Amino acid sequence: MTIPTAIEVNCTTGEVIERPLTADEIAANEAAAVQAEANRVVAEAEAVTKAEAKASAESKLAALGLTAEEIAALSK
Amino acid sequence: MANTYNLIASNVLTTATASVTFSSIPATYTDLVLRISTRVDRAINGPHNCQLTVNGSATSDYSQTNLAEFGVTINSTRASAAAFITTASTGNSTTANTFSSNEFYFPNYASAANKTLSLVDVVENNSAADFESAIAARAGLRSNTAAITSITLNTNGYNYMVGSSFYLYGIKNS
Repeated sequence: MTIPTAIEVNCTTGEVIERPLTADEIAANEAAAVQAEANRVVAEAEAVTKAEAKASAESKLAALGLTAEEIAALSK
Repeated sequence: MANTYNLIASNVLTTATASVTFSSIPATYTDLVLRISTRVDRAINGPHNCQLTVNGSATSDYSQTNLAEFGVTINSTRASAAAFITTASTGNSTTANTFSSNEFYFPNYASAANKTLSLVDVVENNSAADFESAIAARAGLRSNTAAITSITLNTNGYNYMVGSSFYLYGIKNS
């Protein structure tokens, strides 16, 4: 397995240093990746819930007699 | 461009890397501009949040306000007492060879005042079947008066892919 690296560009000397990540940095990155995926799952679930609530509300408004244009105007 | 807009340093990746740091930034300019174009090796069809820190510090003194659009959803968010500034990169399930476009502006980076920045991110997927894209305008603050001498961009658990580019410019007011 390739060890992840970090790059440092020294703006004064122009030197570019590439070094392998430390064990602590690798562990932190792995934890961050797990958290990013968990955040994505939560965000997608929230988006689905929000979309379902919006569709339900629009359906109820239509049942009350509002036109599609009137319903769309409410969400502007 | 006027000669007040000078390239300080740049790097275009030839190997994937988890983070890129510009260090020993000279204090001889008025403002800094950081322009990056990146893609991250995370299998996601859309933006992946990366992190920016300055002076190697991840203390909780960063805050930011975001106005963002992802797909057809527009939202505004606020983060305070954070350990970094959030910025978006293109994920690796988007159209091949597409990269984000991000511009950071750091006014008065060498002053003895708290450090502000503005940031615009754009992530796009050039697919006829899927137009998932994102744009964000962000206002950032680091509540610390130290001059900015280094800037680090971190992928938050992944790698910037080959071809990602990083350019740091200095702006002079004369």
